[in-house]
Amino acid sequence: MRTRTWAPYVLIAPTLLLMAVFLVYPIASVGWFSLRQHTVTQPWKNGFIGFENFRRMLFDDPLFWQSLLFSAKWVVVEVGLQLVLGLVLALIVNETFVGRAMARSLVFSPWAVSGVLTTGIWILLYNPSTGIFQQLAQWGIGDPGTSVLGDPATVFPATVVTELWRGVPFFAILLLADLQTIPNDLYEAASVDGAGRWRRFVSVTLPHLRDAIVLSTLLRAVWEFNNVDLIYTLTGGGPANQTTTLPLYVARKAVDSHDFGYGSALTMAGFVILLFFSVLYLRLSKFGSRA
Amino acid sequence: MTQTLSRQETPVSPPPPAPPRRKKHRDPSRFFRLYLPLVLYLLFTLIPFYWMLVFAFRPAGETTLLPWPITFEHFDTVWNDIGFGLFFQNSLLIALGTLVTVTVFAVMGGYALARFKFRGQRVFLLALLCTQFIPGAMMLIPLFVIFKNVGLLNSLTGLIIADTAFQLPLALILMSGFVRNVPVELEEAAMVDGCSRLRAFFAVTLPQLRPALVAVGSFAFIGAWNNFLFALMFASRQDKFTLPVGLSYALGEFNTDFGALAAGGVVAAVPVVLVFAVVQRFLVQGLSAGAVKG
Repeated sequence: MRTRTWAPYVLIAPTLLLMAVFLVYPIASVGWFSLRQHTVTQPWKNGFIGFENFRRMLFDDPLFWQSLLFSAKWVVVEVGLQLVLGLVLALIVNETFVGRAMARSLVFSPWAVSGVLTTGIWILLYNPSTGIFQQLAQWGIGDPGTSVLGDPATVFPATVVTELWRGVPFFAILLLADLQTIPNDLYEAASVDGAGRWRRFVSVTLPHLRDAIVLSTLLRAVWEFNNVDLIYTLTGGGPANQTTTLPLYVARKAVDSHDFGYGSALTMAGFVILLFFSVLYLRLSKFGSRA
Repeated sequence: MTQTLSRQETPVSPPPPAPPRRKKHRDPSRFFRLYLPLVLYLLFTLIPFYWMLVFAFRPAGETTLLPWPITFEHFDTVWNDIGFGLFFQNSLLIALGTLVTVTVFAVMGGYALARFKFRGQRVFLLALLCTQFIPGAMMLIPLFVIFKNVGLLNSLTGLIIADTAFQLPLALILMSGFVRNVPVELEEAAMVDGCSRLRAFFAVTLPQLRPALVAVGSFAFIGAWNNFLFALMFASRQDKFTLPVGLSYALGEFNTDFGALAAGGVVAAVPVVLVFAVVQRFLVQGLSAGAVKG
């Protein structure tokens, strides 16, 4: 249908308008703010300062590098574990067994739970006086009064596990959807050729899932990079800024110290990093190769 | 997407018939590669939920593992005293509003992408994809300024608009995949029979999109229901609080009142978990029809 018509433009107009006002314009204004000194509490100092915010960020702010490093660690560990566990889970619930529909509903359900609610649930579970570790200690496993969120040695794994609880179902759902598109004859042919279970997984399943794995991993990496609500409510970035990610640092700059100029410069740094991911994403997904 | 399209013609394929069960052939390895990991994972998923339920229904001060004697005092506290009744209503209005706007705009835009060729189409699609890399958390500063200037602070409408703006791009991409999976010939046949394009769409294509509407609509509902940062920043008046915001305060303020926290959590969890249990099947079917491989 190559008729020249206004129809498609009318149809996408609401989307374009929303994107222009709430996505494009804000990005432009972040770019502008990043070149300014702009603190709500000290308006007399506001003004254009060129790249001073970026100089400060790169050379005078150890917390920037620390938060960036933690962001990287967070994304790699979280996405890696979610992918592996999500794939295993998808393979399991793709098998035929009694109660499969029920099992799927149950194991996928944390996906629908918000970051704040996840925090609420796990705070109940982790709390030192009435949580799961206290219960285990009563049964003689571990020490009573263990505070996994307060101890610098355990706060990272405790936070990772919490986000895994909510994040694994995302991979499991996407990969299960893709598993179901694998034609059964491929497996039958492989079996006829004498391929065992592992061999069939490596030679049939994995290659078929390749695109889905690449896309879901990259999308998830971006989302985990941007994830604020869970860490913000669970640890608040502590103890001692140990779990502060870059977006959390930005949010604190904006909310606590009202330093919009410097916060915007940090945001731009985040953009550049995400842009790198976007390009990678678009290339790997072979965007535009469609005729 | 073309590749996927050729593989799968209909938007929702019926599940393949279950392979005939082999008689009396018990495979012992099934226990270790299927049931054991499944049970372990179920425990990991369900123990936290159970812990919340126990706290919510157990009288304060008890430490039993069963919520017995059962009590509803915590629900009374959070719903009436702390105001979760109002937060629930706010969250519901925002989620339903977002569901409607996202679904309608996604169908419109998705139809445009799937059925027309127009100048700027690829740029539009590229822009939609790029939005997936815009961090909502980092947009708080400029969005706050915009909302203040147009008077949308402390307004449920403002939150619906913000949620819609951030969810629409992905919903639209998904929807265009679904529309593309509905054979265009059906629509053309209706148009040959004298229908306008609009009538052909409503009579022929829209009914075929039902699973897609369910999937995209529930995505939007859950996303808006769960959104925390926008609600925290743009609705600071307590009568406009949403459930996540109410919960986040409960996390800080009622440090010792775990019963109230748990009851608030149950209030926030029940609607989305129910919605999700119903649509989970559509979600997997819909995604496996190839829509996700933008």
